[in-house]
Order: sequence, then structure tokens, then C-alpha cells
Amino acid sequence: MSSRKYKNVYLNDYFTIVGPLEKMSHLKKYNLAMDDYYYKEKTFEQAEVKMQNTVVSNLMKNNFLNEGEVDLLVGGDLTNQIAVSNYNAKNYNIPFLGVYSACATFVEELILASNFVECSGLKKVITVVSSHNLTAEKQFRYPVEYGAPRPHTSTFTTTGAIATLIGKKISKIKMESSTIGIPIDMDISDANHMGAVMAPAAASTLMRHLTDLKRDASYYDLILTGDLGCVGSKILKEYMEKNYNIQLKNYMDAGCELFLDSQEVYAGGSGPACLPLVLFCKILNSKKYKKILIIGTGALHSTTFVNQKSSIPAIAHAISLEVE
Amino acid sequence: MTKEDYKKLVSKHTPREPKLRNIVVAFFVGGLIGFFGEFIIFMLQESFGMSKVIAGMWTALIIIAISSILTAFGFFDNWVNKCKCGLIIPTTGFAHSVTGSALDYKKDGLITGLGANIFKLAGSVILYGVISAFILAIVRVVIGV
Repeated sequence: MSSRKYKNVYLNDYFTIVGPLEKMSHLKKYNLAMDDYYYKEKTFEQAEVKMQNTVVSNLMKNNFLNEGEVDLLVGGDLTNQIAVSNYNAKNYNIPFLGVYSACATFVEELILASNFVECSGLKKVITVVSSHNLTAEKQFRYPVEYGAPRPHTSTFTTTGAIATLIGKKISKIKMESSTIGIPIDMDISDANHMGAVMAPAAASTLMRHLTDLKRDASYYDLILTGDLGCVGSKILKEYMEKNYNIQLKNYMDAGCELFLDSQEVYAGGSGPACLPLVLFCKILNSKKYKKILIIGTGALHSTTFVNQKSSIPAIAHAISLEVE
Repeated sequence: MTKEDYKKLVSKHTPREPKLRNIVVAFFVGGLIGFFGEFIIFMLQESFGMSKVIAGMWTALIIIAISSILTAFGFFDNWVNKCKCGLIIPTTGFAHSVTGSALDYKKDGLITGLGANIFKLAGSVILYGVISAFILAIVRVVIGV
């Protein structure tokens, strides 16, 4: 069974930075905002390293932590060899684990951190995740920044970075339980239709989470998927209904909730930063939800495999939060 | 649910692209650029007394230069998607892709960055352009036009 409950793990604090377009979106109460994609650095990649560096440093400063007091740093992003996280981690004298599950990276980090705190007795773990629209574009979409016309199913990589502090200290957000996902491949190979690629993975993880913990979907006040987008979330709803006979009522997709309609991002936001930004800067602000299940969804492809006509596998990890 | 059933479900929810509208928009924008080119050719012929072939070459150069400068000002980022393929198919698109790659990769070094990547998209245009020109030349010789 890949689901587990946590007795004593809390999300103590978080620090967020948002990009120039995200600043004008539905997000409120973020900690910092960037005016442009360079963030006073020479290249986009260095800008993303600086974003990660800023959130981690500020999180440590706000919690009066020095490097020796942090037991583990877990980091991830979308660049090749997760280079951004590695170049950020070298600035700290903290043990480091780099992880990758595309846009599900944030939830994978939370699960890892929570498991380490619960089982291995680590006291304070920092997770950091980032995505930058222009570094990700270079990595995944067109070979050059070209502005090529996009189909209405495509999503827009969110720019932002988020650091969280996970520990045993009791705080308002409790990590309640988690489920590690299984990679699912439904034979979709359209890299511009990530919602269709990832929806079955989200459904599978959600179902396993509910069966493992013997819960009903209505147990949660809100089920929040990562970045299926507006098209993908509709697919997920119908897939759940047809395949498992479950009607999702208390359901939202972070990608679909992020941008304004006028921002011309088609099916919505995506990227590992999308889910945490919507969670921390929109959902938690509303104070409406107590029990939240977040499901990070990631497409595990590379341009090489897509060009070689392979279909795209997807993964989804879930973690449930109890908010006071 | 089988993979086939799932594909049906996906296509049911996938919004249809307004292909006809895109084609009409691209036709008019592309046509406008063609009109602009013809206008430059006409002006060059009238003002400088150039032959039509020489004026055509100068026009291509002028359009390429204008597009490259517009790339640097971020014009294409906002307009390509609105104009659909109308801006990409003419020489403007070619120039934009080359300048775009150059700007994107100049920070990775002159050889490994700029030099290696400048024709990343335009390489296909050059290769298949040359091949089609070659085939068409053979056709022309065979038919004897």
C-alpha cells in the first residue's frame, strides 16, 4: 500500500515568489513578485536559480533558522538535470535531495519531506520548487522562443518559486496522509494536450487514495489537482464518473484557477509552481476549506521521446492537508 | 476504460480549432505582407531605376531586416498567435526564427550557443527549400520551359 497516514507532521511556513504575468492573475498575498523574466540576472536559468535562492533564504530568515538547524533540503524544477535546483542547493551547507516528477514535483517533495519527518526523525525539512516559463519553453516546447500559434488545449508554464518548511512543530497546516502515484500511459502522444495525458494518472491516484484510506470523495472539502487545465479537468470528471462511478463535486484544478480569462493562456497554467501558488495564494486565503487533498500531476516525457513518436506516461502524487 | 474509449472521451472534450477562421486570417495577413513587398519592389524600380529581379532581392533583404528588428522589440511574441500562420510562412517568419534563436542562445557562447543553434528552426526551411528548388529545377529542365 503506497498510502500512509501521518501522526505528527506539519507545514510550518512557506515563502512564495511569482512571475510578472502571475502577479496580475487571481493570486493574492504572495510574498514577492518579479517585474520581468530576468529578475536582474543575465539569463533566464540564472534568474530561476535566484528565485529559488530568494525563497529558501527568506524562509530561513523568517523562521530564524541557520543552515545547521535544517536537516534536509529537497528541490526540483523543470530544467535538464534539474540544474536550477542543484545550483541553488550548492549555496547552502544543507544535505540535499534533488527530485523530478515534472509538474508533480511539489507534491513528491512534500511526501518525501513528510515521510522523513515522520519516520526518520528529521526535525526540519525545507522543500523548494520552481518553474520559469522561458526556461521550460526552451526545454519542452518549440526549439526556440517563436510565438508559434498554439492549440486551445495547450497550457502556459507558470513562473514562480515556493519554499516550504516541514517539521514536527504544531502549526495551522497538518499533513494528514499521502499516496504515491503509479505511472499511467493511456497512449496519448500530443505534447500540446497535457490535460488528456495526465487526467488518468490523477484519477488512478485519487482512487487508490480513497480506497486505501477507506474514504469517500465527499470526505474532502476540496480536491485540487495540479495542472490538468480547463480541458483536462473536464476529462478527469467524466473519466471518474464513467470508470469509477464517482461524481467529483468538490473539485478544482489549479491550472484553471490561476490566470484571468483575458490573459490568453488557453487551457490554463501548468508547471510545478502552479499547484503550490494556487494553494498558498488563493485557496488558503479563502479560508473556506478545512480538508484539502492536493494531487500534483506530471507528464513524464522528454522532447526526444515525443519526437520519436512515443506516447507520454504521466504520474500523480496526492497529499492531504488539514487546515485550521 | 480501454485506450480507445479514452481517446474518444478526450476528443469529445477537446475544443475544435477554428481552422477556417485561422486560414482566412493567415491569408489576409500573408497577403498584406506580399502587398507590402510588391509596394517596395515598385518603389525601388521607380525611385532607383532597378530591374525587377534586383529590386526583388533588395525587397527580401529589407523585409528580413525589418522582421529581425521587430523580433528584438518583441513584436512577434504578441502578434504571431493573433495572425496565425500569416506572419510565419513569409520571409518574416524565417527572419524571426533566426533572430529569435540568435537572441535566445547568445548567452551560451558564440560557438556552442549562437553558432550551433541559430538555424535550429530555420535549418529545416533551408534544407527542404534547397531540395525542392533542386527538384523543381529538374522538372523545369525535363518539361523544357
